[in-house]
Amino acid sequence: MAFYRSHVLVCVDPECLAKGAHEVLDALQDEFVAQGLLDEIQVLETSRIGGCSDGPEMMVYPEGVHYHGMTADDIPFLVEEHFLKGRIVERFREVVKPVVDEELGPLRPKEVRVVLRNCGEIDPNNIEDYLATDGYQALGKALFEMTPEKVIEEVTNSGLRGRGGAGFPAGRKWGLTRQVNDSPKYMVCNADEGDPGAFMNRRVLEGDPHSVIEGMIIGAYAIGASYGYIYCRAEYPVAVETLNIAIKQAHEFGFLGNNILGTDFNFDLEVRVGAGAFVCGEETALMASIMGKRGEPSPRPPFPSVKGVWGKPTNNNNVETYSNIPQIISNGAAWYSSMGTERSKGTKTFAVGGNVVKPGLIEVPMGITLREIIFEVAGGIKDGKKYKAVQTGGPMGGCLTEQHLDLPLDYEALTQAGSMMGSGGLVVMDETSCMVDIARFFMDFTQAESCGKCTPCRVGTRRILELLQKICDGKGVDGDIERLENLCYEVARNSLCGLGQGAPNPVLSTLKHFRHEYEAHIYEKRCPAKVCRPLIRFEIQAPTCTGCTVCARNCPVEAISGERRQAHHIDADTCIRCGICMQVCNFNAIAVES
Amino acid sequence: MPAIKSLEELKRVREEALQKKKMKAAPGNIQVVVAMGTCGIAAGARDTMKSVLNYIETNNLSGVTVTQTGCIGKCEQEPIVQIIFGDQPKVTYGKVNTDVAQQIMKQHVQNGTPVKDYVLPS
Amino acid sequence: MAVPTIEHDVVSVVHAAIEKHGRNRDAMIPVLSEINRVFGYVPGEAIREVRKQLHDPARQVHIAESQLYALTSFYDMLSTKPRGRHVIKFCENAPCHVVGGKAVWDGLREMLSLNNGETTPDNKWTLVTTSCLGLCSVGPVLLIDDDMYGNVTPEQVSEILKRYE
Repeated sequence: MAFYRSHVLVCVDPECLAKGAHEVLDALQDEFVAQGLLDEIQVLETSRIGGCSDGPEMMVYPEGVHYHGMTADDIPFLVEEHFLKGRIVERFREVVKPVVDEELGPLRPKEVRVVLRNCGEIDPNNIEDYLATDGYQALGKALFEMTPEKVIEEVTNSGLRGRGGAGFPAGRKWGLTRQVNDSPKYMVCNADEGDPGAFMNRRVLEGDPHSVIEGMIIGAYAIGASYGYIYCRAEYPVAVETLNIAIKQAHEFGFLGNNILGTDFNFDLEVRVGAGAFVCGEETALMASIMGKRGEPSPRPPFPSVKGVWGKPTNNNNVETYSNIPQIISNGAAWYSSMGTERSKGTKTFAVGGNVVKPGLIEVPMGITLREIIFEVAGGIKDGKKYKAVQTGGPMGGCLTEQHLDLPLDYEALTQAGSMMGSGGLVVMDETSCMVDIARFFMDFTQAESCGKCTPCRVGTRRILELLQKICDGKGVDGDIERLENLCYEVARNSLCGLGQGAPNPVLSTLKHFRHEYEAHIYEKRCPAKVCRPLIRFEIQAPTCTGCTVCARNCPVEAISGERRQAHHIDADTCIRCGICMQVCNFNAIAVES
Repeated sequence: MPAIKSLEELKRVREEALQKKKMKAAPGNIQVVVAMGTCGIAAGARDTMKSVLNYIETNNLSGVTVTQTGCIGKCEQEPIVQIIFGDQPKVTYGKVNTDVAQQIMKQHVQNGTPVKDYVLPS
Repeated sequence: MAVPTIEHDVVSVVHAAIEKHGRNRDAMIPVLSEINRVFGYVPGEAIREVRKQLHDPARQVHIAESQLYALTSFYDMLSTKPRGRHVIKFCENAPCHVVGGKAVWDGLREMLSLNNGETTPDNKWTLVTTSCLGLCSVGPVLLIDDDMYGNVTPEQVSEILKRYE
């Protein structure tokens, strides 16, 4: 096979031909013959190098230089300069200017993509795309160059903590499961991402499923497991399909099944689809569901490491935990632990939602502050409104306020501030959010998802919800706040699982930081944020009202009266506070008061 | 594809995959990538994909590969389409509804000029 | 989604579901989900049929109808009651709520005259809230059967509903 030191590709699309591409080709051939370069440089016809509007177009490799607009007469000079003297001819060179939208500005400067490195960069349904980014090389390294104990040591030294929310050191969990003298052992992946506002796992499952699968296989090798389950919530049908395709392809390439990569290690995997139960994100409930039962949690001990699925040792980790593993094995523990804080190493994905300019998923090193996330990465509060609070950790997390903006995000700091890391959901709220309504909102969710097994949670959350609803309805009385606090304490202390134990957190944290809002609802029958319907009134500002009658005509309960061209009036008793009048008013004459 | 049975084979498979990836990015090839994560689908990416495929069929374009990818991370800009000419840096478009898709196919893919109004910074 | 008549198809639907997912205890949730997908809910006849096809004391397989009912009533995505031809699932969790979800939910309820969990008298629509679908940055989000709609405003609701027979 001839070895060429250079390749020259000339576009022969109609437009380039019309501009003299053939003449350029002939001139190139002639010049290479004359200079004795024909054995070293290959000339090829191609199509569509650039826009052809500046043709003829030509690409030279290996430099990757794009020339355009030259004529046949320019070729001898170009050949001498570029191919004999090694100098690029700038006047024919096409310079590609990146098109930048100045308004949006640079995007997410503080992000570090570890878990999300392939998302949006590869076709998740094509294993070869994953292989081309070094996919499954970590598995090869683990199986051929490391013992299971060494793998566990590497993961432990990396400092990786469970990303599902509890933050238990992953390496330690693997070590514990490995030590148990029982078989068979199972690997379980918790893909039941139920926290409202959290979709980090969804992104990885849909965008880079093999990173999770590879992580599970490496983990199975480390602990000695032979079978695994990925428990994926039914609300993620695309993720389920993507995972099934990925598993099938992994089988074809020999990464799953018997004698993986020719070793005597066997491991297989299946996807189990949930059926709509938030509590199945709790690991004992999840395992009950895998076994075909109601997703009711069980007391621990025994921990899943000892007695999990089918009563056998089981290692359960979150999607994100597993997807970190291949890179930790490939790049080493020292690389991973160089990021993050003293006790929370590596990166974390966060789903920033709510009232921000740029909601979405980000991945940042642990230790970044809330201020940096909300105001730099997420672009600040939408519509120029004022920041009020951010809820972290999902429905069992707490609210953090202005005073916490410079809190570095790591497991300990968040817990100390009265919230938690959780799976990484951040719901940002502005001045238009009522914190009592928000607490009621989260409690509504948690109450509906309570499995019902233990009385403190089943009954306690219901009583808490009733109290909150009463307060939002303007019927709160003196003593209700104290009753709420008592209930929260009892429910948190006596519930069987994390759902009940954490359910009071939004209430307790909003009581701590926004007690004045609760008091306003109860003692002044006023909602400071003007959200709670029974406590607000829609009022027409007489000086601004032009009497156009649009509001009166649109009011569904005929609560508005007034003569044409005269200020109108809303009857507060008839008004159902739907807000339609405010939407249709063209003069901003209607305001919400409380 | 027979299962990989050794470390050497694993490394060779990676090389092959890298080669295939480079070929897709060879000059003369254009890649159109549509983000088809669930957020994209909720914002209408399926219709966008159909619009792209429709354009290619109607105009009989060759040298254009259409693939999909997961969520790119700019969810508020969905549906998202990326255009890659050969091995040049990709150009990412946001809010690509069916009409904008047609515009991009005509102006950028066929005629080489990005549609500035919809380009997102990379 | 065409709803097959209960009398004709329960036996074959249950049989097909069991063939696909297996006969063991841990296949029950996928089997019930399959039945729910076909009929829109899990009819009592289907529960009886599952028990009939699986209960096999000789092979130590003991399935009780109460166990199947316990599963159906526990999981949100399984329904013990018939649902309309089209099921509208609306995400009413915090992130969608704070970006205008409340207005869309109120609009849906008013337009259809339904509360959460109810079905229209002509059996066309059932309206339910759903757990977070993980589409928070394109919220408010609406799911009708298998179709997902993001960035929904109250004004768009009637146009979206019109697309369904």
